[in-house]
Amino acid sequence: MTDIIVTNLETVPGRKIIQHLGIVQGNTVRAKHVGRDIMAGLKNIVGGELRGYTELLTDAREEATQRMMGEAIEKGANAVVNVRFSTSSITAGASELYAYGTTVVVE
Amino acid sequence: MGGILFAGFLLLIGIIFGSMNERNHFARIEKAEVELSDIKIFNIKTLPDNLEKGGALVSGNVVIAVDYFKVFIAGFIMLFGGRMSAYEKMMERARREALIRMQREAKRLGADAIYNTRVEFSAVGQRPNKICGAELLAYGTAVRYS
Repeated sequence: MTDIIVTNLETVPGRKIIQHLGIVQGNTVRAKHVGRDIMAGLKNIVGGELRGYTELLTDAREEATQRMMGEAIEKGANAVVNVRFSTSSITAGASELYAYGTTVVVE
Repeated sequence: MGGILFAGFLLLIGIIFGSMNERNHFARIEKAEVELSDIKIFNIKTLPDNLEKGGALVSGNVVIAVDYFKVFIAGFIMLFGGRMSAYEKMMERARREALIRMQREAKRLGADAIYNTRVEFSAVGQRPNKICGAELLAYGTAVRYS
């Protein structure tokens, strides 16, 4: 999976796009267990970083990206360009992380 | 009566630790920004010609909450309208921290600059009067000059 280039530019620096293969996407919906929510609630009194949530969202975004890359490999692409991330809160305490981009073949 | 005392206690903790936290965090941010200043951030897509082949997506994110005291004060400000500096500071902290984390990742990869940087916001745990934080995500493409 390491040989696929992922970028949010419209081209890959120094390479020419030969073929467009269409859009690929990956998503995941995550929630934190109650214990973490309580800890975050306590942290909320003093303010500052809510580390548990930062980690959760990092992991989730990583997974969404992995899924997107998996789809790109299935399509036979060697790069994903113009990648965008988006986050939406579905219900209180759960977020959907979504990554999408265009698969291309570069030289 | 007990409720009021408890709320007062939380306010006090918020005042003391909240502002201390904020000061320390700003100090850390400023130090890191100087350290990482060799990695330039651009939000343009147009690339210069002197780049090495390839690029990598880098990102940094952080979830930040305001303290209980500031939420309390913000509640008052909402009655009259005006600047809500508590939330301004929260957003500033989160945004700068997210950019720093993105720069750190780029540095690990040995990059020189980050192009097409985007900063995105999402609210975390939106429940009335409960945990309320802001997630800031910064992402862009790390490249190396040749």
